[in-house]
Amino acid sequence: MNSDKKGRSLQPRVPMPCQPAHERVGNFDEVALGYSREDAMREASRCLQCKKPKCVKGCPVEVQIPQFIAALAKGDVESAYRTLRETNSLPAVCGRVCPQENQCEGACILGAKGQPVAIGRLERYAADTYMALDACDQLTGRPECPLIDPDLKVACIGSGPASLTVAGYLSSRGFKVTVYEALHELGGVLVYGIPEFRLPKSDIVEKEIAALRQQEVEFVTNWVGGRTFSIDDLFAEGYKAVFIGVGAGLPRFLDIPGENLVGVFSANEYLTRVNLGRAYGFPDYDTPVYRGREVTVFGGGNVAMDAARTALRLGAESVRIVYRRTRDEMPARLEELEHAEEEGVRLELLAAPLGFKGDADGRLTAVTLQRMELGEPDASGRRSPRPVEGAVYDLPTDLAVIAVGTRPNPILLEATPGLTLDRRGYIAVDEATGMTSIPGVYAGGDIVTGAATVILAMGAGRRAAKDIEARLRPAT
Amino acid sequence: MPCKILEKERLIPGQTSKLVIDAPHIAKKALPGNFVILRVCEKGERIPLTIADADPERGTITIVYLVMGKSTALLETLDAGDSILDLCGPLGKATHIEKAGTVICVGGGTGIAAMHHIAKGHHKAGNHVVAVIGARSKDLLLFYDELSSFCPEVLVSTDDGSFGHKGLVTDLLRQRLETDKTVSEVVAVGPVPMMAAVAKTTEPFGVKTTVSLNSIMVDGIGMCGACRVSVGGETRFACVDGPEFDGHKVDFNELRQRLAAFKPQEKASYDHHCKCTCAGEK
Repeated sequence: MNSDKKGRSLQPRVPMPCQPAHERVGNFDEVALGYSREDAMREASRCLQCKKPKCVKGCPVEVQIPQFIAALAKGDVESAYRTLRETNSLPAVCGRVCPQENQCEGACILGAKGQPVAIGRLERYAADTYMALDACDQLTGRPECPLIDPDLKVACIGSGPASLTVAGYLSSRGFKVTVYEALHELGGVLVYGIPEFRLPKSDIVEKEIAALRQQEVEFVTNWVGGRTFSIDDLFAEGYKAVFIGVGAGLPRFLDIPGENLVGVFSANEYLTRVNLGRAYGFPDYDTPVYRGREVTVFGGGNVAMDAARTALRLGAESVRIVYRRTRDEMPARLEELEHAEEEGVRLELLAAPLGFKGDADGRLTAVTLQRMELGEPDASGRRSPRPVEGAVYDLPTDLAVIAVGTRPNPILLEATPGLTLDRRGYIAVDEATGMTSIPGVYAGGDIVTGAATVILAMGAGRRAAKDIEARLRPAT
Repeated sequence: MPCKILEKERLIPGQTSKLVIDAPHIAKKALPGNFVILRVCEKGERIPLTIADADPERGTITIVYLVMGKSTALLETLDAGDSILDLCGPLGKATHIEKAGTVICVGGGTGIAAMHHIAKGHHKAGNHVVAVIGARSKDLLLFYDELSSFCPEVLVSTDDGSFGHKGLVTDLLRQRLETDKTVSEVVAVGPVPMMAAVAKTTEPFGVKTTVSLNSIMVDGIGMCGACRVSVGGETRFACVDGPEFDGHKVDFNELRQRLAAFKPQEKASYDHHCKCTCAGEK
């Protein structure tokens, strides 16, 4: 076994079994298959159990990482899961979709000389295994179920990761939480955005929500904050605090000619049709989706990866991701980018869209691209792309998906006078508490930060929940 | 949560029906111009339908739909006592209504029902509302009695001349605008060609013209941009910025093309449904 001067383990991390690329492009099943018990115990034993763990600081919701990994090393899944759930309402989700390389694993001390502990994979193993033990758990008694105080009413608007975290935190401390969701299904981006092959809906998201229902969290679907009800209505109904977790929502477009041609979709629309509408099951499911042959996706983040990989699974012959910088600058998780490339997604780097072309019926036929090159570093040291003069070319395309980010959804904001926004139009909050300009009204997640990650939204939810608890039930 | 259908009236058998639905939370907030998104059953799609009427005291909303594909065919299988699985609303911006004098409300086909709610709003605000409605023939005309109950004038056109003027609603509209200079606004709800024709008719008169656009929608809350339309050269989302826009600025040709985006899939879905239903009956 290799070890460094201090005797630290330099053994590589235990690999995660995956569906082979040629098989998985033909289905919507999960790509990464998860650790076995032996894999998990072997990987857990690589953890050095640091006295001052840096990994915990790297986690936005401060999961007690060495503690849960120590339990796993002994094969004690139940106590590992309980440790996770103390601070994380959605461990099975986070273990799958967090960009761990920038968070807990990025801070792991083993990463300096070798590979960091696979914290995300272990979190996922513990959560999946515990949730599979449901029947057993019935016999051994439920995890501590607090007495819910029906007067301590808190409402969450939106049912994405931020609100689910607030609901989990407060309900486990005796608050009566109601979550209002505008769509017909719960989970926010977890159900309409992140595809099944990364995050299985019925196996993972529904189970996480079922766990919250067991804590007496109430869920109301088809209620739109700002339309079906206002925040004042909630206070009139006796809610003592309100958490706004409605996400960023509105898609950004490229603002170039031809963008409204038939066949040009926002990633939100494309993914919502496929994930929420289960359009991959059309015509058994009623929601239709375009099945492009030559697909072009714009953007370099995880959403672009999700859209490109979805298009392949819907039978596209070629899928390209157009990005105006180089592969190194792509903001997507490395694992997603690698998975996409393995599956056959091609990168069209250093290219920027100029316009879309269509036929007489207004259907997309091609996109015109401008070749870019990286210029000199600017004051911030970043090399910005600039056009290469005269290098303009067309790419045949019958389906274009635009994944260049989002902007704040105005519905609730316009209906809530007195809510202060920042200069970008997102909700302004007190950084320490998450409270907005309206007393008792909190906000967190993408509606505050702009499009970010699941775990950052959860961190914001946790912060707000702590303050709600402190205000509504001061320590006695 | 599921919402119960309290009444069903088959306005044109096999083609157009009216549902009165128990939805107090929506009825309380619904204003003229608003719409709902509904999903009939578990595997269903989300479709937008305009709120044709709302009764906050009774806690009901009224919707009127034309059976034109799978989802509306599924809706047509439901009866009073059944429930709609998902009903979400009220959505969209409400009609801008102020006391302005004479307002002409033009409705075509199923759009007459949607127009009815807007006309009622203008009537309540104290405007002199002239309803102009059209259909292919007399038996396909909707909401004549309802409109007559509060509109001092209801002008009718039919393609075959079986009732009222023989011809198009735009003929009646043009005649009116030529003789009546007090018209402050024209509102049109109906098929895209009709709304485009109304906008074209009013343009030379310089009369403010509002159209309620019926673009394809998925979520109806601004998340996706499926419903985007070009208005005055700018992209707007019909579900949050509309559905009502200045008819003189709307790119109707683009709207028509975008509405046809899923025609082959819509047909496939409907055929699939018919096959399954028939197989089920055997």
